[in-house]
Amino acid sequence: MATELGPTPVKQPASGAAPAHHGPKGVGEDNRIASQGRWATWLLAPTVVALAIVIVYPIISAIVMSFQKDAGLDPVTGLFTDGGSAGIQNYVNWLGQQCAAQGGGTVACPPGTLGGQFWSATATTFFFTVVTVALETILGFWMAMIMARTFKGRSLVRAAVLVPWAIPTAVTAQLWLFMFDFNGIINKLFNVSILWTGSEWPAKWAVIIADTWKTTPFMALLILAGLQMIPAEVYEASKVDGASAWQRFRLITLPLVKPALMVAILFRTLDALRMFDLPYILTGGANNTTTLSILVINQIRQGFNSAAALSTITFIIIFLVAFIFVRFLGANVVEQSGATGKGKK
Amino acid sequence: MKTPRFLLPVATAGVLALSLSACAGGGGGGTSGGGSDAEANLDSRGPITYVQGKDNSNVVRPLIEKWNAAHPDEKVTFKEQTDNADQQHDDLVQNFQAKNADYDVASVDVVWTAEFAAKGWLQPLKDKMAIDTKGMLEPTIEAGSYKGTLYAAPVSSDGGILYYRKDLVPTPPKTWDEMMGMCSIAKQNNMGCYAGQFKQYEGLTVNASEAINSAGGSVLDKDGKPSLNTPEAEAGLDNLVKAFKDGNIPAEAITYQEEESRRAFQDGKLLFLRNWPYVYNLATTEGSSKVKDVLGMAALPGKDGPGASSLGGHSAAVSVYSDHKATSLDFVKFLVEEEQQKFFATQGSLAPVLGDLYEDQELVAKLPYLPVLKTSIENAVPRPVTPFYPAVTKAIQDNAYAALKGEKPAKDALSDMQKSIETAGAGS
Repeated sequence: MATELGPTPVKQPASGAAPAHHGPKGVGEDNRIASQGRWATWLLAPTVVALAIVIVYPIISAIVMSFQKDAGLDPVTGLFTDGGSAGIQNYVNWLGQQCAAQGGGTVACPPGTLGGQFWSATATTFFFTVVTVALETILGFWMAMIMARTFKGRSLVRAAVLVPWAIPTAVTAQLWLFMFDFNGIINKLFNVSILWTGSEWPAKWAVIIADTWKTTPFMALLILAGLQMIPAEVYEASKVDGASAWQRFRLITLPLVKPALMVAILFRTLDALRMFDLPYILTGGANNTTTLSILVINQIRQGFNSAAALSTITFIIIFLVAFIFVRFLGANVVEQSGATGKGKK
Repeated sequence: MKTPRFLLPVATAGVLALSLSACAGGGGGGTSGGGSDAEANLDSRGPITYVQGKDNSNVVRPLIEKWNAAHPDEKVTFKEQTDNADQQHDDLVQNFQAKNADYDVASVDVVWTAEFAAKGWLQPLKDKMAIDTKGMLEPTIEAGSYKGTLYAAPVSSDGGILYYRKDLVPTPPKTWDEMMGMCSIAKQNNMGCYAGQFKQYEGLTVNASEAINSAGGSVLDKDGKPSLNTPEAEAGLDNLVKAFKDGNIPAEAITYQEEESRRAFQDGKLLFLRNWPYVYNLATTEGSSKVKDVLGMAALPGKDGPGASSLGGHSAAVSVYSDHKATSLDFVKFLVEEEQQKFFATQGSLAPVLGDLYEDQELVAKLPYLPVLKTSIENAVPRPVTPFYPAVTKAIQDNAYAALKGEKPAKDALSDMQKSIETAGAGS
């Protein structure tokens, strides 16, 4: 049976006796659709299997684990024993900041336990997310507006701007740690003696500054892509009509760049919600800079099952944020091309 | 076919959240005592694998070559991990959990021994598998033991040393109070007096435990239960708190890890520094060092005599899942033999576990800190030996940090430590 793999050239070669597919037109068309469907299935299968192995299986296994108790210690042998089923106790403990008490039951987690840090870590994570994404959006927009102009050396600037983004976060964090050192360049430069990583607000600002430095270029480039979609004629027409620079920005640039901007903000927000390297290296989570990801990683060393519950909670939080973005704020990630045809609602 | 419109946001959000949080999943499930695994393959011989963190000073490879030349049928392959201790720990956990028979002999940090032993992953070094511990420094054996059984053979050790300025302090202080008394010298010279490592990380656990142990307190009692609500422990932690308060420890020391504190000392900003032996080489050879010719070394100061250092170092343990335990045991014995210990010391600056080597003329000529280090290790107290070490160190770090910053009195910090450690052990 002759099948066609995708679209074939329309023109048949002039030479050659009988073309391979010669049947009546209608039949050939049917065959083609059916076999295309089959082929599509085969071609998609590896991707689906790969996704199932690397994403679906770990997620399901983590959820299953989260309903198990962490291993306990047998007082006689001193060996760990299986914890057994925990029901939803792991989740209850995290959300209520409860820790296991001696002789059974739970008590409010004392300072110095991971369990006592859940809500403060959640608040810290959202604080970092809101502040860094806001700063990055404003600065990124500004940088994009500059890069969108034509000037000498523009491509060099565009490439150079990407450098902070290209450096691995762990390396960035180590560099900033040196700069934020008590005897480091930042204190020297501004002639101050701030313990950047040693007290609460300086530590938070250190994280915010480093994160903004690193990821603003990412925002700038995504927004730049959006800006370049706007045809120059629109601006020319509005200039002829006498619109001021501010009006052009507010009434033309902003609405037209909004789809790209929303996608950029969505990506950055989800990225910021899982912030780990920067606070981990700069402060080790001290001074109220522990994020949810740091909490998960630390908990993994203390007990897998409780960590699985925490990462499931984190997953749900990220899911909700992503949902709000996609559903209510119109961050259109998937339908981009399809929606343009339908026009505005 | 078309996906219903309302499902799209859900699906999109789902995929995004999944792909972003998938990295955080842990591995493996429960555990069980490895009674039968510990009995198996005791006499079996064959090729094995030795697992250790990055071999920075190139000591392991030559030793393995030497072993392989002598044992052509029981060759050792070197599996090198990264140089990050957390990653080494997690790599070992994953492979032990998966019962990987290729991890025959592993290098285990002293603070992991209890956890791995309690999980049933380490072969008890007794009966047929016993090794000769004669001549080894007592605290190193203690650090390799759990519930009275040796699980890991000490290979290298480490202890804290008090570095001081010979030009300013003629005789080093023996006790903490004596040292604080000398802080007026620092003031006259416009420098900080004392510093250790006080950032909130493992180094703070080391320093806080040393303060507590040196004052006669202890973090855990003999049964592994926390014992921090004592006047001794309070006096110990309070020593550090007070020193921060009256500036004897400079305020910036709250951001110090090993390297920051070493740089401050080398720049002439500190009179006394608590650090590990590695500082000696750098402080005497680095061009920028201002203390090259005036570097003094002494044991850590305690209450009435030498203080109780926290113990560092690595041990070699045989996995219960190893297929060739007889070979594995021989290789462990080989690592602790005097000849190899000497090689570790000269080539890698690793402190030996055999007491005699600290008096070896040749070695002392090369590593002049050895006599001081011996005192340090002999008086050392292993960091809390507990299978819940990650939770215990977290409890110590967080609360000691708050106390040092003056956020709560030492007494409250210790009682919070106590409560936190109690919850860690109660989770069964």
